[in-house]
Amino acid sequence: MSSKAQALPSGLKFFLTSFLVFWVIIAAFPFVWTLWGSFKVEGDFFSKANWAFALSGQMTEAETGAAFTGQGYEGAWVQEEFWRAVMNTSIVCFFTVAISLTLSTLAGYALSRSTFNYAFFLLIAALMFRAMPPITLVSGYLLPFYEWNLWGRLSTTIVVLVAINQPFSLWMMTSFFRNIPKDLDESAMVDGCNRFQAFRHVILPVMWPGVITTGLFSFLLAYNDFPVAAMLLDQENQTMIPKIASFLGTTQTKGNVMFAVAAVVSATAPLFVLILFFQRQIVSGLTAGAVKG
Amino acid sequence: MKHSTFFTFVFPSLLAMTLLIVLPVASVVTQSLYAQHEQVIETVQNCGPFGCSDEVSVNQEATKALRDAEPLGRFVGLDNYLNRGHLAAGEVAEAWRASDGIGDFWNKLMNLPFYSAIIFTITFTLIVTPLTIILGFAIAVAVNSANRTIRGPLIFVSLLPFIITPLVGSLVLFWMVDARGVLGQALQWLTANPDLSVKASTPLMWAMLMVYGIWHAAPFAFVVFYAGLQTVNQDTNEAAMIDGANRWQRVRYVTIPHIMPLVTFVTLIQLMDNFRVFEPLVSFNAAAHAQSLSYYIYSDLGGETRLLNSAAATSVLTIICIGILLSPVLVRTWRDFKGA
Repeated sequence: MSSKAQALPSGLKFFLTSFLVFWVIIAAFPFVWTLWGSFKVEGDFFSKANWAFALSGQMTEAETGAAFTGQGYEGAWVQEEFWRAVMNTSIVCFFTVAISLTLSTLAGYALSRSTFNYAFFLLIAALMFRAMPPITLVSGYLLPFYEWNLWGRLSTTIVVLVAINQPFSLWMMTSFFRNIPKDLDESAMVDGCNRFQAFRHVILPVMWPGVITTGLFSFLLAYNDFPVAAMLLDQENQTMIPKIASFLGTTQTKGNVMFAVAAVVSATAPLFVLILFFQRQIVSGLTAGAVKG
Repeated sequence: MKHSTFFTFVFPSLLAMTLLIVLPVASVVTQSLYAQHEQVIETVQNCGPFGCSDEVSVNQEATKALRDAEPLGRFVGLDNYLNRGHLAAGEVAEAWRASDGIGDFWNKLMNLPFYSAIIFTITFTLIVTPLTIILGFAIAVAVNSANRTIRGPLIFVSLLPFIITPLVGSLVLFWMVDARGVLGQALQWLTANPDLSVKASTPLMWAMLMVYGIWHAAPFAFVVFYAGLQTVNQDTNEAAMIDGANRWQRVRYVTIPHIMPLVTFVTLIQLMDNFRVFEPLVSFNAAAHAQSLSYYIYSDLGGETRLLNSAAATSVLTIICIGILLSPVLVRTWRDFKGA
């Protein structure tokens, strides 16, 4: 670090620092502002008179008697039963991640160890599948799912999300397995293991960093998904994100937009915790594909 | 690895992708060639004291029975692709003949839903992708020059816009630029125009959608470039310095060539992701000002009458566009593979 080639003149240093401060504000301010505003009433957060009301909370004081109010959260969680959506999201995310990881671990291992042409073609096909917007697939699902009475079930959504997850997970797992030396499982096979035993006893214990990172991204995909859940689930078993979208359509009456604000903050909180604990894995996951070029 | 072992390992994943990605594409292509059965029209003769009259009415029961019996509808060939909602061959030819000047033709084109969607999608992709890369690179350079102890928190904050659910992230921005929100009022104050509203202006709406796109994707580019900057060869850098290269020349001839493969990678991912731009249009309630291909499919699928066939035709056209977009990458990968 003390290398002279990396020393910066003070002018450039100042410029970079101010740019960094600027970026941090752009990246973080919207979240801080929305978190703060979610404890106000609509008259303050969307103030016609003066934006500073959102800071001072004049209308909130006038309407509720205190500078902060939990009305938005109460409305969203109790009155609009947002907790149901949270439950549904938990179920969908858990099963999607579990199934998706199982499939992509097995396939990724085989792809990383195979030298045949078809392994390459499978990865290229996966890349093309990855490029397709999920909504184009959804328009293919609807008619058959209506006909076979599969529409509107959580299990259907889980299976669909697993499939949409596969191309990405395959690429990621393959690139992680390529970093595990071939010698490891090959020497196990020389010692008399077959392929499955080598996988079970030699690869399985050392593959967890890759599995955790891929799992994180599968989770994000399932958690952040809007098009699939919005089109394949009905009102009763909606997940969080479509539920928030439906708040926007139906709750135009006064104060109810704050339900959506509270729901948005509630949906952001788990992601916040996720980055807090898994920052290193997220960064390594984002760069895993890039290293291969 | 033996063929049979390979397929045992790959089978579950392959099955999932075949059933839920390959077959749906086939289903989309099929549906795009069909249209829903038209309503069964009956002519009933009503004879009253003042003579007889023919009355035309829709036979609801017969219509429902027919549609239930053949949910796929009737075969119409390429009609779905050529109708007003998609390629609109007739309308475009008519507009070309009738319009005076390219501007007029453009306006007429923008009134056709498919063309307005594809023009927005392509504009969005072509503007957001390079700006994301530039901003991401700038952040990477800035963070790389920051004190080592604060880099962790900096990366944490920078990841927020990227990890956030797209629908939620765009809502958060939208509420701020609302005419009654903090940024909206700041804009009104800056332009000294108290009626300024992003919701009411098409150019502002486009700009805001692109700002969101860049805000959301820049962290991804940043993380990739930042990781790349860690591995720049310092010996080369110092050698260049001893040879008299100034700072800019070192960035230009040492850092940038090292980062170049990463730029290709980020461009590829960004082209794919920006081309499917969808959630911000829902959050911004932008349908009146901007439509993307994904949003067009969504609005066909979601309405009172589910226009499955129309959505299917748009989906097929979207997939074709993506094929064209990715073809250079695929050709290059194929050559590399052949060469290797």
